[in-house]
Amino acid sequence: MTTTSRRVAAGAAPTQEATEPVARRPLSVRTGQRLLVGLLLVAVLLPLVPLLIWSVAGQWRYPDMLPQQLSLRGVGLLVDPRSDILQGLGTSAGIATAVAVLACLIGFPAGRAIGLYRFRGRRAVQFLLLSPVIVPGLAVTLGIQVFFVRYHLSDSILGVVPVQLMPTVPYAAIILGAAFANLDIDYERQARALGAGPVRVLLFVTVPLLRPAIAVAALLTFLISWSEYVLTLLIGGGQVKTLPLLLFAAIGSSDTTAAAALAVLVIAPPLLLVVAATRLLSGRSGNGVGFGRL
Amino acid sequence: MTGTAISLTGVRKMFGDTPAVRDLTTDITAGSFTALLGPSGCGKSTTLAMIGGLLDPDFGDVRFDGRSQLGVPAERRPAGLVFQKPLLFPHLNVEQNVAFGLRMRRLDRANTRDRVTSILDRVQLGAMAKRRVGELSGGQEQRVALARALVLEPQVLLLDEPFSQLDATLRAEMRCLVKDLHTESQVTTVFVTHDQAEAVEVADTIALMLDGRLEGQGDPEMFYTAPPSLVAARFFGVTNELPGTVRTGVFTAASTGLRRPATLPDGPAVLVIRPETITLTSPSGDDDTMDGVAVAARFAGTHLAVDVQLTGGPLVTAHAPVTTSVRLGAPMTVGLPRAGGVVVAADLRHAG
Repeated sequence: MTTTSRRVAAGAAPTQEATEPVARRPLSVRTGQRLLVGLLLVAVLLPLVPLLIWSVAGQWRYPDMLPQQLSLRGVGLLVDPRSDILQGLGTSAGIATAVAVLACLIGFPAGRAIGLYRFRGRRAVQFLLLSPVIVPGLAVTLGIQVFFVRYHLSDSILGVVPVQLMPTVPYAAIILGAAFANLDIDYERQARALGAGPVRVLLFVTVPLLRPAIAVAALLTFLISWSEYVLTLLIGGGQVKTLPLLLFAAIGSSDTTAAAALAVLVIAPPLLLVVAATRLLSGRSGNGVGFGRL
Repeated sequence: MTGTAISLTGVRKMFGDTPAVRDLTTDITAGSFTALLGPSGCGKSTTLAMIGGLLDPDFGDVRFDGRSQLGVPAERRPAGLVFQKPLLFPHLNVEQNVAFGLRMRRLDRANTRDRVTSILDRVQLGAMAKRRVGELSGGQEQRVALARALVLEPQVLLLDEPFSQLDATLRAEMRCLVKDLHTESQVTTVFVTHDQAEAVEVADTIALMLDGRLEGQGDPEMFYTAPPSLVAARFFGVTNELPGTVRTGVFTAASTGLRRPATLPDGPAVLVIRPETITLTSPSGDDDTMDGVAVAARFAGTHLAVDVQLTGGPLVTAHAPVTTSVRLGAPMTVGLPRAGGVVVAADLRHAG
């Protein structure tokens, strides 16, 4: 009814009247989207602002909005050879990288099985894969810690890496399973018909086709490992000092500046990694298989 | 080049409890262009996959040039395969896609480049070598897929409905291209299709598959002039069937008493008549005649399809020139040349 009366009112230019709202709507939707994205960014990044300020604060007392003087003491502590922070950075990066690689290596065949094949007990396998995410890792770890001790895997990286596979493999398997479910398996048949044996089909066709999903799985498992605290503490027994462990220790002390500086160091690499991965993946969204766009 | 390039002996394939291919035995002549024709689900693609090595038969043997291919995986069979989908690898460009098979064979760079360039020129995509595959049209994609298989100079080329996703004009173009490529290279080609018109146009031999069985094999003309069975005749567009019996070498139609010599053993048989064989206007003296009433006429572009209810017999369809005027409901006489129609055994399997 309203459209009719409006059209009559417009009189001389009915076509213009008809096309205008169509042209206008996407624009307002886009503005809305931008607004939403902006709000989300603010919500995510705003809490980091005080952290950033704290990390370079010299003296900062109660009623002041901003620190009275800035200092590089916090930053200095990070690179101080006497603190074990740089070493912690290396330990964290090493463990997270190893966990990401191993989780993807295990998640790849698992994902292939749940994504591609319809076999008896598939649901059960899917549930078993998910269970480490559902059951609190702390409870499970307390149980299996005995075995880690018995096989001399506790208190070392050799134990921390396997135990961190517990919360990471499920995600890798689920992400790669979804990618396999979207993969047209005829690509592999075609590659075989062109003379590629099983190994080369995997290397030259399947892995490149799934590269976006593999990247996402690696990124996510890296991030999980990077921020893992409880499992590292339990199995590492305080001997394996990753950044989260050092951070908790710093928070416990009264030096807020040092803790804030360390927190920034913990947050920065994953943030940069996510930004870089998003850039990389969205540029290659034409890859056909899911997860092209993060 | 004569002799048998591919031979299948007693090949059987089950999918669970369902037989997809039942005891298929056939020889495919070297250098021939054979269409593996049949409706969807008849086992033709399964057969092709077994020739290509992507599936293993449950029973029987697949031989290339007399050598059994059982247990030889797809990647080591001298067969090129093109599917319905182009399946171009999206992470490689056009040139790299075509070079894929040569890379797998570890051919050196210079040779690879030469062969890729020459085959891309041959499929008129020389200018597209560096394009990403996402930038190609459907027809171009399928030409790249074809080039990718042909560049390996396979002993046999297997095409699994490669053009069925293209529109009609493009399909005709691709058929010409494939036909030309075959004429040049003389590579033994097996072409799976469900479209009998396409099979007739492109192939020099047709192997008709129905329900997992080979229903007949021969040159395209054979399926028109001497269909091997009633179902084969039906698949090739026969619409008129006069049931009757064969007695000592003579077929007699039950309804109209029409007689034809027959080489079949005594028993129930059917005279199948193509609609274009039946004449509506002034049958000549040599024709058999049947009386009936025109009940319907449909314009079909190149001709008029007229349904005639024969007196005491079945409904037959005749194709007449579009200029023919038909008076519906009026008694009329239709003519059938003395040599028109083919007697085939009544189909007891597909009865009813």
